[in-house]
Amino acid sequence: MDGTKTDIINRLQRDILALQGFTSLRTRYPVRSGELSVMEAFPNKVFPLGAVHEFVTETMEDASATAGFISGLISTVLPTTGVIAWVGSCGLIFPPALKQFGIEPDRVIFFEPLKKREIQWTVEEALRCAAFSAVVAEWSDMSFTESRRLQLAVEKTNVTGFVIRRNPKQLSATACVARWKITSLHSGALDDLPGTGFPRWNVELLKVRNGKPGNRIMEWAGDHLQEPLPEGALVRELRRKTG
Amino acid sequence: MAKRFVSVWFRFLKTDWVTNRNPALRDVPFVLSKPDHGRMIVTAANEPAQMQGIDAGMVVADARALLPGITVLDDKPGLEEKLLRRIAGWAIRFAPVTSVDLPDGIILDATGCTHLWKGDKAYLTDICKRILSKGYKVRLAIADTAGAARAVARFGNSGFVVKPGGHMQALLPLPPESLRLEPETAERLHKLGLHAIGQFIHMPLHTLRRRFGADCIGRLNQALGVEEELLQPVVPAAAYEEHLPCPEPIITAVGIEIALKDLLYRLCTRLQKEQKGLRTLCFKGYRADGKAEQLQIQTNRPSHHAAHLFKLFEPRLPATEPGPGIELFTLTATGVEEHIASQEQLWSSKAGLEDIRLAELIDRVAGRIGMSRISRYCPDEHYWPERSFKKAVSLHEPVVTTWRKENLRPVQVLTPPEHITVTAPVPDYPPMSFKYKAVLHTIVRADGPERIEQEWWLQEGLHRDYYRVEDTEGRRYWIFRLGHYDEARNWQWFLHGFFA
Repeated sequence: MDGTKTDIINRLQRDILALQGFTSLRTRYPVRSGELSVMEAFPNKVFPLGAVHEFVTETMEDASATAGFISGLISTVLPTTGVIAWVGSCGLIFPPALKQFGIEPDRVIFFEPLKKREIQWTVEEALRCAAFSAVVAEWSDMSFTESRRLQLAVEKTNVTGFVIRRNPKQLSATACVARWKITSLHSGALDDLPGTGFPRWNVELLKVRNGKPGNRIMEWAGDHLQEPLPEGALVRELRRKTG
Repeated sequence: MAKRFVSVWFRFLKTDWVTNRNPALRDVPFVLSKPDHGRMIVTAANEPAQMQGIDAGMVVADARALLPGITVLDDKPGLEEKLLRRIAGWAIRFAPVTSVDLPDGIILDATGCTHLWKGDKAYLTDICKRILSKGYKVRLAIADTAGAARAVARFGNSGFVVKPGGHMQALLPLPPESLRLEPETAERLHKLGLHAIGQFIHMPLHTLRRRFGADCIGRLNQALGVEEELLQPVVPAAAYEEHLPCPEPIITAVGIEIALKDLLYRLCTRLQKEQKGLRTLCFKGYRADGKAEQLQIQTNRPSHHAAHLFKLFEPRLPATEPGPGIELFTLTATGVEEHIASQEQLWSSKAGLEDIRLAELIDRVAGRIGMSRISRYCPDEHYWPERSFKKAVSLHEPVVTTWRKENLRPVQVLTPPEHITVTAPVPDYPPMSFKYKAVLHTIVRADGPERIEQEWWLQEGLHRDYYRVEDTEGRRYWIFRLGHYDEARNWQWFLHGFFA
């Protein structure tokens, strides 16, 4: 009896998700993110592609961390052959650095609109163009209506959008599928070795549509995203390997 | 196809122009004059003055003797050519090739144009009406050759529409001057009693040549169509151009849109047939008041996709000002290249940078924000960070070298690097703390130095010693020291970027 009840509830939940526009969230590409626990926060435990994600940052350092995390995320969940549009104040982004996060910098096209209305128009046009696999936009003052327009645009093309909001004047509700906040953490150190290690971040999911918001620590381990191993585990593993 | 030419003769070109600018002179006899050998010569006389027997070539003093109260104005040198050139440019709405026929006419190559006006007569009437509405009195004629049309317009009494093949018949009663002969030749012909072309046209050619020169034969042959007469078009005909004359001037935005769509459709159909694509395109609207509105676009790759090209024009259409109305639209492809046929992609997600939709999007965005604000970067073989990448010239520029990733680089950089104050132990230990924008950052971890030298063949200057540092909050920075620790103490520290 209980078994059938949970079945029914699960089925109804899936139906509700479908009605809310989550039908397009099929994994079209082999997603290498299955083992990441951050994916558990999302409905169906699948990273929502074909949706708009929102990232809130306050300082320059956090903006860098966010840009790095987004690049890592794109190379993890999207095919590497895709073309990426980067809209906004790109004068700051250093293209060669994207290579470290698994993105070919020559497959990124930078748009630098000046006026606010031009930014909105460019982001929307880019999201409407199915030739892009992802669109990263630096757009601090996005209103609810504008975010809704973006959501409508991506529902047709399945392009994934990432909006970085630097110092937003007010954080009102948006139609984005998730609101993230990335802050830098001390990089992982190998035992007592000097120097900096893999970049590590505190990944906060402030809001997830139909999911479970939460807080996780992640790092970029050279070529993939991972949850950092507990302190000392790496050293133990090294010892085991070397004998 | 039989050729047809229209000759338009402006009977009072310069004086009409003066009257247009100064309507008070409409019924007053006046002449234009210029100095010649120490006396003033009449160069043009208006209609009332001509009625009194005053004509060009007369000395002003003689004209004053005939009509004491005559107004004498100064002539402007080169005025007639300027006027005729402008009128010929305007007349492009009637025929694609228009040329100036100095000193007082224009010639239109109307081959294949008149049927749009339903016949030669209606065509001439329309031209005449429109030129008259601008204040110029004209006489015009249409014939198979430019010479015959010119002769009939100036010297004919009736029958200004010369039927195809009838130009010889039309020439017979005209005087020899109508053939544009030298004045001396014409005079000699008259002296010999040859007052009409019909009287000498059948004479043996060698006799005519001996008595009146080769020029006479040439003019006669041109008028008869035996010899081709070359016209110098005012607006050079473009290889890929479409015209759309409008029966009524267009003033609405919808009308302009329809015109553009129609022209694009015609041009693109033609380009498609010839496997060509255009790179630059110019849309022009000729207004009723003689001004022209112009829009220009360019594309990233050769295109003959009408809908896409229309989208490129669309945001700029509201800026066109039809004024009193646009009478003629032209669409000229100024840059045409071989079209690269795009293959149907089975897996469109793999098309990447070759995707045609991408090129079209970039065209659209470039039309709005400007191509200089869109960039793609390729790696360059330099260690100096500012030179380690370069702007790609096109979407398809191949990557010739690889992106380096062995030395970590920050995600965001400051251009130019910003000055900071640093506490660092000498000689080569990483810094202990630095101050940036009045905030003290204590460094807990650091990597470096990574020394990057100036490329002396490009730029002189000091080397940089870069450190990757992490402060107590876990924020990572890229800082460098410019120059050595030396006696002069002129090294400086800079913050260059922020790591992820």
